[in-house]
Amino acid sequence: MADDIKMPVEATHIMMFARSVGDPNPIYHDEEYAKTTEVGHIISPPTFPRSVAQFDPEYRLRLKPGEKWFGSGKNPTGLDGPAASSGGLHAEQHFEYHRNPKPGDVFTVKARQGKTWEKESKRAGKLMFTESIQEYYDQNGELVITSRGVGVKTERPVEQS
Amino acid sequence: MALSASKLSVGDTYEEVVVDDLTRTQLVMYAGTSGDYNPLHTDDLYTKEVAGYPGVFAHGMLSMGLTGTMLTNYVGDGRLKKYGVRFTNQVWPGDTLTAKSTVAALRDEGGEKLVDLTLETVNQDGKTVVTGTATARVDS
Repeated sequence: MADDIKMPVEATHIMMFARSVGDPNPIYHDEEYAKTTEVGHIISPPTFPRSVAQFDPEYRLRLKPGEKWFGSGKNPTGLDGPAASSGGLHAEQHFEYHRNPKPGDVFTVKARQGKTWEKESKRAGKLMFTESIQEYYDQNGELVITSRGVGVKTERPVEQS
Repeated sequence: MALSASKLSVGDTYEEVVVDDLTRTQLVMYAGTSGDYNPLHTDDLYTKEVAGYPGVFAHGMLSMGLTGTMLTNYVGDGRLKKYGVRFTNQVWPGDTLTAKSTVAALRDEGGEKLVDLTLETVNQDGKTVVTGTATARVDS
């Protein structure tokens, strides 16, 4: 299985993440405001844990200097064959929150693969599903978040109705 | 801010427009913060000419993030215990999404009052793009 990933939880990352999902709630960027709330500190938006991808040294969907990348430059990328990892879509995502993350936390994220299964669909042919589970432990070894994602590879592009 | 169990009933709904005319710029922003640079979401040339789609489309996690904004506005900050979704249709630049939450159950567990919610996000044509469930802690 993949190695554990260290994920430092940082205030600036939380602020930028909240902006990218269009959420101006000050609890994601204003420390003084956050102190006056029930929680008492800046927290991260509910879907923030998936940005663990930033901290995965092997993450396939990030450009790395000196390595062949599948983003289009002069020509559309991938004409010389399908990109190894770009055909997957996200089918399901589930989070369980055991406590609220805060800036300064350092998570150790342990990932494991779950079930795999197949299904036939009218809109995209054979669907191959893979489940993956990530557990986010804090600096004290306490479980903070459990994430379960289901990815799907489709036989052909999803037909648009 | 937080919800009170005594003021909630099964079937109560809450909804918000979580994005109006989704821009490609927001897809780029989301790629940057999440770290997911899958070209299906940022590279129109690739997505059209190689992947066979009409153009770039939103990360599933962006649809979930937008839906989550409605959810946290409704249940209050730091109150979520569980949040899960299924991505039922793709979300495209130009889409306007409305996220809706419906109270499915109110219950007690481990000394806490909880509300179970069912979630649905639809686009401007009424097509469902996200379905889901959530559980949040509420006041008594």
